[in-house]
Amino acid sequence: MAWPFISSMNPARDVLALSTTEADIKSVPVGGAVTLVWRGKPVFVRHRTAAEIESAVNVDLAELRDPQPDSARHKAGKAEWLVVIGVCTHLGCVPLGQKPTDPRGDFGGWFCPCHGSHYDTAGRIRKGPAPANLALPTYAFTTDTQLKIG
Amino acid sequence: MSIGLHNSAFKNPVIRWVDSRLPIFSMMQNEYGSFPTPKNFNYFWNFGALAMINLMIMIATGIFLAMHYTPHVTMAFDSVERIMRDVNYGWLFRYVHANGASMFFIVVYIHIWRGMYYGSYKAPRELLWMIGVVIFLLMMATAFMGYVLPWGQMSFWGATVITNLFSAFPVVGDSIVTLLWGGFSVDNPTLNRFFSLHYLLPFVIFGVVFLHVAALHITGSNNPLGIDPKGPQDTVPFHPYYTAKDSVGMVVYFIVFASLVFFAPNLLGDPANYIPANPLVTPTHIVPEWYFLPYYAILRAVPDKLGGVLLMFGSILVWFILPWLDTSPVRSMRFRPIAKWFLLLWGIAFGTLMYCGGKPPEGIYVVLSRVATLYYFAWFLVILPVLGRLERPLPLPESIAKPVLRGGGPLPAGAMTKPMEKA
Repeated sequence: MAWPFISSMNPARDVLALSTTEADIKSVPVGGAVTLVWRGKPVFVRHRTAAEIESAVNVDLAELRDPQPDSARHKAGKAEWLVVIGVCTHLGCVPLGQKPTDPRGDFGGWFCPCHGSHYDTAGRIRKGPAPANLALPTYAFTTDTQLKIG
Repeated sequence: MSIGLHNSAFKNPVIRWVDSRLPIFSMMQNEYGSFPTPKNFNYFWNFGALAMINLMIMIATGIFLAMHYTPHVTMAFDSVERIMRDVNYGWLFRYVHANGASMFFIVVYIHIWRGMYYGSYKAPRELLWMIGVVIFLLMMATAFMGYVLPWGQMSFWGATVITNLFSAFPVVGDSIVTLLWGGFSVDNPTLNRFFSLHYLLPFVIFGVVFLHVAALHITGSNNPLGIDPKGPQDTVPFHPYYTAKDSVGMVVYFIVFASLVFFAPNLLGDPANYIPANPLVTPTHIVPEWYFLPYYAILRAVPDKLGGVLLMFGSILVWFILPWLDTSPVRSMRFRPIAKWFLLLWGIAFGTLMYCGGKPPEGIYVVLSRVATLYYFAWFLVILPVLGRLERPLPLPESIAKPVLRGGGPLPAGAMTKPMEKA
């Protein structure tokens, strides 16, 4: 009896329908980043430099709170493109680090100003209260630089 | 008087006719007219009545604000600005409503403090106290959802942070958050349901306040001495004695309220809420309204997400079992020479948390928050249960009347009742 009432509060069909976003990312320079919107949330796309990739690869997994190798954070053969949901896994703020002028935290990735979580260049949680790495959206490269999220 | 009709004491034939069939006049007379009330109330006992008045002001202004407000993400912010600029007296209603929320919390915090200091939560008033905690929780939910409605930056990000608290629960957390949002982020469905609930909850509060008052009129009021009235010489009728005393408090209350509304309407608000909500940019310092700061500080004092959330909810839920945590049979802190100072320290810890909650979560503020959080819980869970057994209370007066009528020893019953018995 209560189910229709509870169910009506869950996402409606039109909300579910708006679930893919496409973008061309070839204009993003190396070291640059772009923020897309998917399901009302920001998605961070970062064109990583060789140094950033290297620092993400050379991390001892044992010291990570949510251990994931860098290879599990990007599509195979696309190590230069990191695509993560730009929502802090602590309490949902948008971390800083997309703009060149933003603080990027102690690990060169993102820094959440709300409660001080630091993410590295693979979007992994390194310091602060957040329990998990920045989430990865479902996405695919439809061409070399055409990104489809959702 | 035929069977089935109430035997009314009213002389006026119209009132008598109604009262015989529906004894609301008798009820008002019994509960607010001749209701026997301890005669030694101090001004702390004003705040229950003030809270009632505040609730009515909030409902009245809220109903008229809702006539002009549009609960849609593209229009909410502008509709609030229109209320401020174009709607006749819209600025007055909005400032009264927004500052009324702050006044409500000031009044209720003092009311709760009164209950803690004078032991109003102890037997036989445990349920009365617990109903009060329910009212406070409903108030918090209502205030939070009301703050989201103007759809400014703090509205949006406050809603995001608070709803995300539920994601801390394992397994079901994320489903709960999606259910609360009605989408994948705080968005239009969220705003719509918050408006609906913000309109509903004050009436729920009204209902629970009725239960609070009904329970109060069974047990009777506590008083600053914390001892039970021993007879009519210890009480006075509620009207005119406390209607008059409450009126004095009301004048002071309205002076403070009006000063805020007319001279500093944005003093307690956050300027960031005059920036329209932007889901892609988080303000540098997200702070809740002042009345939520202590709980926010507790949340941030814990370095673990789930732990912080549990402690934050626990900080209020622990009030529910306060009547059983306090093992002392003495109600009023006036007669508890040691507990009095520990409770005062608890008040300071609460104030410290309120201060730290408004500061960035770094350096000394984290240390202070942790110490204050520790003491906050230690008072309830360790000091109160243990101290009640160890402490030697001061001797209680024999009756409420005795400290007033000088010249020691209980007076003979006959001499006592004659001048004092009014009702």
